[in-house]
Amino acid sequence: MSNTPNIPDFETLLNALVEALDTAAYSDTVLVGIRRGGAWIVDELHTRLGRSEPPGYIDISFYRDDFAMIGLQPEVGGSELPMSIDGAHVMLVDDVIHTGRTIRAAMNELFDCGRPKKISLASLIEREGHELPIRADICPLQLSLNPNEHVKLLGPEPLAFEVVKRK
Amino acid sequence: MSSSGLRDSHIQLNEDGSLRHFLTIDGLSKSLLTEIMDTAERFIDFGQRKIKKAPLLRGYTIVNLFFEPSTRTRTTFEIAAKRLSADVINLNVQRSSSTKGETLLDTARNLQAMHADMLIIRDSHAGAAHLIATHLGDQVQVVNAGDGRHAHPTQAMLDMFTIRQNKPDFSKLAVAIVGDVLHSRVARSQIQALGVLGVPDIRVIGPNTLIPTDVESLGVSAHTSMDSGLKNVDVVIMLRLQRERMTGQLIASEQEYFKIWGLTQDRFQITNKDAIVMHPGPINRGLEISSSMADSSSSLILPQVTNGIAIRMSVLSMVMSGFGSAGESTDDGVGE
Repeated sequence: MSNTPNIPDFETLLNALVEALDTAAYSDTVLVGIRRGGAWIVDELHTRLGRSEPPGYIDISFYRDDFAMIGLQPEVGGSELPMSIDGAHVMLVDDVIHTGRTIRAAMNELFDCGRPKKISLASLIEREGHELPIRADICPLQLSLNPNEHVKLLGPEPLAFEVVKRK
Repeated sequence: MSSSGLRDSHIQLNEDGSLRHFLTIDGLSKSLLTEIMDTAERFIDFGQRKIKKAPLLRGYTIVNLFFEPSTRTRTTFEIAAKRLSADVINLNVQRSSSTKGETLLDTARNLQAMHADMLIIRDSHAGAAHLIATHLGDQVQVVNAGDGRHAHPTQAMLDMFTIRQNKPDFSKLAVAIVGDVLHSRVARSQIQALGVLGVPDIRVIGPNTLIPTDVESLGVSAHTSMDSGLKNVDVVIMLRLQRERMTGQLIASEQEYFKIWGLTQDRFQITNKDAIVMHPGPINRGLEISSSMADSSSSLILPQVTNGIAIRMSVLSMVMSGFGSAGESTDDGVGE
């Protein structure tokens, strides 16, 4: 574990994200979190940014490109978009951006629900290993991990990042 | 009545306990039935979306192989498959009973040779879906859309789902199934599902000629009077009188049947407050149920149809889950 990077605590990363989002450029965005990690973060952002309209949640289970391999993931929670996203500036939020496949799936789902004017992407961590031309617009931490390492957000209470090694 | 149950439940599950085929409720666990309903819950709002589709089953070929007429079941299976982006072929085949078995399996083999990924089968013979799953189950997924008097598991699950939406706690319910239980694969699957989900009071109500003699072995109580049977129930499930399956004189006359066994709003007063009425359809107005009862605010007959789509989307996606090739998925930490 000696070369495993130290990840700043969740609160520090979240504060950095809140600060970046708390600007005029993003004031009219519709917050949409990707379940599960992104949804937890969106709930925090919603409170801390003092937004009045409820946030949206995306469950990408039905849009994943690896369904044939891994099947359905139970207990994710379903999509909820309480607002119309037609013509909206959507701020898509996830905990970690890695390959970009989750974001592709989430964008496909968003477009099945309407036609946003613009989609921006916010995340707490972006790690190397992109497989698609997708990058976060706002992200406090760039991370380089070994291929067998995996970072994930544990939650919902308390929220904390964990780096695990896989065989 | 359920002698083939163990075999069925054995072949319809993968080694890890997930659904491989969907043939019968018999032998399935409470957690699996709950997972089917929970997954359906995630599909329920798809009907309200701008684009009523998810790409989950894109590229898969699903064949609706119906040897018996059907409107609701076939259509909702077709809509469910299309909402999941599968290619759907509908085959409505008139088949004489003399060619049963061989022809059925041959038909299925031919469809399999065309690389169908899933067969949804309705047949007038009990065990039809089971037969195909036994012989071709390693190459094609099989879903039972009703086999003879044996089982109609997706109907039972959409009924359970409809009950849960209105009466969430199965452990507190009294449910009455009324009418032609003898010929009803729906009733059989419902009784099994209600039992698995922990409903403590399951009743069947109907004339002696239409109640199976061994029905109490399924854990239900039999009533031959509407007044006693409907007392204190929360859910009333009316069954269609299946005249096409009746071989002898099992009811005196239709007028007489309605008078004694038909559900009217007057008679419905015997049930608990806020009780609900369901019917798998097609309904015979004025035979099992009065028109005003069927159209009343207590009636969930049309929500049942809508729920049928979500339940079938759930079953199709669960059965196809992990059906593709082995391989490793890359993920971004979602859903963990």
